[in-house]
Amino acid sequence: MKLIKFILIFIILFPLSSINAEDNDKRNKITKNLRCLICQGQSVYDSDSEFANSLKIVVDKKLEEGLSEDQIYEYFKTKYGEWILYDPGLNKNTYILWLLPILIFLIGGAIIYKSFIVKN
Amino acid sequence: MKNKILPFGVIIIFGIIFFIFYKGLEESKIYTPDLNAKKELPVFNTKEFFSGKNIKSSSIFDLDKIYLLNIWSSWCVPCRQEHPILMNLNLENNINIIGMNYKDKLKNAENFLKELGNPYKKIFIDLDGTIAIEWGAYGVPESFLIYNNKIIKKYIGPLNQELVDEIKLLIK
Repeated sequence: MKLIKFILIFIILFPLSSINAEDNDKRNKITKNLRCLICQGQSVYDSDSEFANSLKIVVDKKLEEGLSEDQIYEYFKTKYGEWILYDPGLNKNTYILWLLPILIFLIGGAIIYKSFIVKN
Repeated sequence: MKNKILPFGVIIIFGIIFFIFYKGLEESKIYTPDLNAKKELPVFNTKEFFSGKNIKSSSIFDLDKIYLLNIWSSWCVPCRQEHPILMNLNLENNINIIGMNYKDKLKNAENFLKELGNPYKKIFIDLDGTIAIEWGAYGVPESFLIYNNKIIKKYIGPLNQELVDEIKLLIK
């Protein structure tokens, strides 16, 4: 009896554990980085709108076709524009976004350096 | 001297910040993709609406003809509102209206066309919404003006008389 129980547990748990895990991880990661255009401010992963559900299917299809993560982002970028990505690349529209924190860090560092170290 | 500059500077900085945020309030926060970007037509396989036959996207659109691809669905309320305008536009003889039936039940869609008329030269179906994504669409209704296998202009939301006049002007 114990053995049957054990086998049963094994059978139930085994298929859930590993087979599709990697694919799902990748799909979740990608859909978390895509913005939903219907419910703006939500990611495709979080959203349950018609658009987001279709988008999830498309991501699955593209993964099946063997496209890499970057290629999938590129695909959506050509369809909907840079905005759809939560993690935009560095280009002429986004350079302020990328460089401003570094700039502020440097200015802040300079102020601290001047007021504390130079004074002393 | 230093005591005077400090409060003055703080007021100016807060003034600038207030101005920027105030201006930001007026701006629309809703993103819409570029409507005028000229793009190649996507390639896809689909099914014909009435016959259920498999068709390729390349067999739907010919060169040298003007098409209006309209994404519609029987469950979409604005589509119902837009429909008479499409019927009207169909009277123009140099434009072919193509329908894409989006995530719909065949029976409901047929009833919709029976009730309101069929302005479409051809209709194909998009059951899971993936073809709409190939087109860069994200809702219903949406319309694409197509010439020489290129998307010339995109209209998000229902067409109205003003936009139809614009389309008529463009296709002349």
